[in-house]
Amino acid sequence: MGRTYNIIKYLCLLAWATFVVFPFLWALSTSFKDANAVTSGARYIPWVEFEPSVQGWTSLFASGSQGINIVQPFFNSASVTLLASIVSLGLGTLAAYGLSRFSYKAGFVKNSDITFFFISQRIMPPIVLAIPFFLMLKEIQALDTIFGLVIVYVALLLPIAVWVMTDFFASIPKELDEMAMIDGCTPIGAFFRVVLPNSTAGLVVAGMFCLIFGWNDFFFAFILTFTETQLLPVAIVSLNSSVTPWWSLSAFALISVTPLALIAIVVERFMSRGSLAGAFR
Amino acid sequence: MLTLKNLSTADRKRPLFNLNADLENSKIYTILGRTGAGKTELLRTLMGLDDIAEGHLALDGQDLAKRPVRKRQMSMVYQQFINYPHFTVLKNVVFPLRRQGYSVEDAKERALAALSLVGLVGFEDRMPSELSGGQQQRVAIARAIVKKSRILLMDEPLANLDYKLREKLREEFPRLLAENGDGIILYSTTDPAEAMQLGHEMIVMHEGQILAKDAPEEIFEAPATVEVAKLISDPPVSIVDGKVAEGRIVLCETELPLPPDLVLPANGPVKVGIRPDALLVGGDTTARVVLAEFSGSDTIVHLSFDFGSAVMLIEGIHEFMPDQIISVSLDTSSLLLFSAEGKNITERRSNG
Repeated sequence: MGRTYNIIKYLCLLAWATFVVFPFLWALSTSFKDANAVTSGARYIPWVEFEPSVQGWTSLFASGSQGINIVQPFFNSASVTLLASIVSLGLGTLAAYGLSRFSYKAGFVKNSDITFFFISQRIMPPIVLAIPFFLMLKEIQALDTIFGLVIVYVALLLPIAVWVMTDFFASIPKELDEMAMIDGCTPIGAFFRVVLPNSTAGLVVAGMFCLIFGWNDFFFAFILTFTETQLLPVAIVSLNSSVTPWWSLSAFALISVTPLALIAIVVERFMSRGSLAGAFR
Repeated sequence: MLTLKNLSTADRKRPLFNLNADLENSKIYTILGRTGAGKTELLRTLMGLDDIAEGHLALDGQDLAKRPVRKRQMSMVYQQFINYPHFTVLKNVVFPLRRQGYSVEDAKERALAALSLVGLVGFEDRMPSELSGGQQQRVAIARAIVKKSRILLMDEPLANLDYKLREKLREEFPRLLAENGDGIILYSTTDPAEAMQLGHEMIVMHEGQILAKDAPEEIFEAPATVEVAKLISDPPVSIVDGKVAEGRIVLCETELPLPPDLVLPANGPVKVGIRPDALLVGGDTTARVVLAEFSGSDTIVHLSFDFGSAVMLIEGIHEFMPDQIISVSLDTSSLLLFSAEGKNITERRSNG
């Protein structure tokens, strides 16, 4: 019974894994093909069904009319995403700690209202924000700049960081902060010495959300930039498949998804580490 | 000396009302009260974790109200086992010492001595999550006593431990608490036996107020109010309504035999306190058994009389069936009398 169940379970998992991984394998295979291999039917296995070529990959870094120039959009995307994520995570973590530990009251506005205000920023459809963002960036002459995009992305990522971290801090007993203060820490010292080191899991989750949203955003990157500061998602879309060969497009797409995949693999180990076991019973 | 003068808090759930007490150095004060009596709130207020609404709190004459938590020279052990989960056992104990300015070597030396005191030698490099509940609480205790604070606050430190471990740690506490030198120790508990065993003085709390503060034996012998009487023993003193009439105490139809040294109050309604060990099996009063339960080596019998209900404590294991009618007698030598308002009015003639 157990053996049959295991076989069925693993067959199902294998089927699902194939379904998920297949597009990537397809793109990987295509990125090493040449024109003949792409246009001559379904061929997937290099050396057996077609002779691999690195032309698709080299064209990404080549200059001149054959080149696609992935370096600049990649650098732009990485800069905007990292800067915006770091700022959002920093500000969001501090805001979330304040919201989870102190009571604020201004008229009818309380902690839960402030938290909801942060989250509500993500409820609005992006199109509502596009024009105001455009006008504001234009006013400060930050259109088509990394700086301008970072500001906009911080505004978009901050709610995510506050939301995730508020929830996470709520799960850390406040007696832990109190104990740190009893043991001689200032409130801010208690946060940095005791609460933050025990928040790794929350920081990783919030950081991952920020990176994913930042890296994958197309809409604002498309609206708020023109030619100077092109991000990866916009750069991919701007490639014309009638001009740019499929093998180069595939290589480009793979490069654009690789960073997030690598980060996910690395941080996955930390997700289970930040546990509070032993803090409190 | 720690002085509480008309101390009140504005906590919405469990406020403290007008607390007054002088707590002397080198003494252990046990705070006894039911859950919700305000024990934790009192300790948190002393620690500076909750705000004072009115009144004064002073240590050696110096106002503590405005002093931040970290500068109060106090340490605290929580009911939950609070340790720093990202530090090893040794680092947990070193942490407060480093904040006090001790060098790494000094702090480590003192921390090791404290760990040895609580019986955790060999556990220095473990993480708190790798320890049992009792060991985790020992780490918390080591961290509290290593600071040699002026005031050590312990909020039901044994409440979350199993029975055996509780007994063991309770036996060790007098030795551990002595390590605090001339500091003041406040130890809250819901267990009357623990409060009497550990405290030089006992503070009885109920609904955010201090009902009594005295030596445990004094409070036990002469509880100031009905509420105090109900709290100072487990099983509690039973309180029944009666009246004093023509030199007699009458409970409904039952007339109590009076001990010769008892001074009767004026005629009128009284509340009579019957200690659980004052009821004895055999005698001329009948009672109905409501419930009989075993507690270690004793039997606790809940009885229903015509004048109300009372609890009887008998040494040894005895079988009683619910609704069984038994005959009992009352040893009136330990009888307590309270006014209708609940104030102790028991008075005894001295032998001389």
